[in-house]
Amino acid sequence: MSDGRARLLRRLSHGALVLLVTLVFAALASAVLALPPGAAGLSAQVDAELPRVGTGNPVTATLLGFRGYDTLLEMAVLLLAITAIRALRRGQLPVLRSGDEILAFLGRVLVPVMILVAGYLLAAGLDAPGGAFQAGAIAAAAGVLLILAGRSVPLRDESLPIRLGLATGLAAFVAVGIAGMLAANAFLDYPPDNATNLMTVLEVAVSVSVALTLFEMFVSVLRCGNPGGVTDLAGREER
Amino acid sequence: MTVPILYALVGIALFCMALHGVIVSAHPLRKILAVNVMSSGVFLVLVALARRAPGPSPDPVPHAMVITGIVVAVSATALAIVLVSRLHSDAAGR
Repeated sequence: MSDGRARLLRRLSHGALVLLVTLVFAALASAVLALPPGAAGLSAQVDAELPRVGTGNPVTATLLGFRGYDTLLEMAVLLLAITAIRALRRGQLPVLRSGDEILAFLGRVLVPVMILVAGYLLAAGLDAPGGAFQAGAIAAAAGVLLILAGRSVPLRDESLPIRLGLATGLAAFVAVGIAGMLAANAFLDYPPDNATNLMTVLEVAVSVSVALTLFEMFVSVLRCGNPGGVTDLAGREER
Repeated sequence: MTVPILYALVGIALFCMALHGVIVSAHPLRKILAVNVMSSGVFLVLVALARRAPGPSPDPVPHAMVITGIVVAVSATALAIVLVSRLHSDAAGR
């Protein structure tokens, strides 16, 4: 086949692809446009059942209460992903050196504030916007900022506390689930008297797991294929 | 057309552009990024449609699903990057 014909064929197939994607857009858009404008969804049901799960925040109630199974399995997904990543990664964590004073300054000033905000979000999550996932994500971001600023983070991956921390979210969920089975009616059912306490335990455990998992994922991606040494963030490498 | 519907349409547009990106891009890293943009589009649709609820607060159930989805998307992305990197370094014989 000549060069010109190959190019024509490529153009045609790309045109067909663009047409197909446009059709997908049209189909999805017409589905969204056909939706009734004022649908309340499940808000009414959530509001009605809110007192039973011991939290005033409907999103937290949905995450840990009504859809507790979903979040339990999500913790399992996180643990599975980080286990696979730990098995696959090779290389050493590089010492990053950016020479960027702003980054170093932010690492010094912002990290304590981020830890404070993470703690606030965790504490507020039961009654106001906030929660375990947000708190964990911000705590993990504080660790990422420390590494980007060239600070060493005193976390030994292979140590037992870190590995327990990675698993604590799933472990707490399973424990609370079984407790619910014994004390209430079903797996992950909360006895109304202790619902708030159980929620708090889950929130703390989930935030610890999320923070450690996300942070380790970042570290693992940095480690990939890096034989060790100092990596200059400007792109130069020293060994 | 209300504002939530407009945001949902933007989410769908994002999803479709990224779908195009997934198919067209040859480099695995670009594919991973495109899948991430796709998931952002899905999250935008969910969050926007939750806002259709009358009253001050949106429907909490899609919001809870988005929080779950974001964390799963991040962990899937990290696993994909580590896999690609391993593939790359094994192919290079390191």
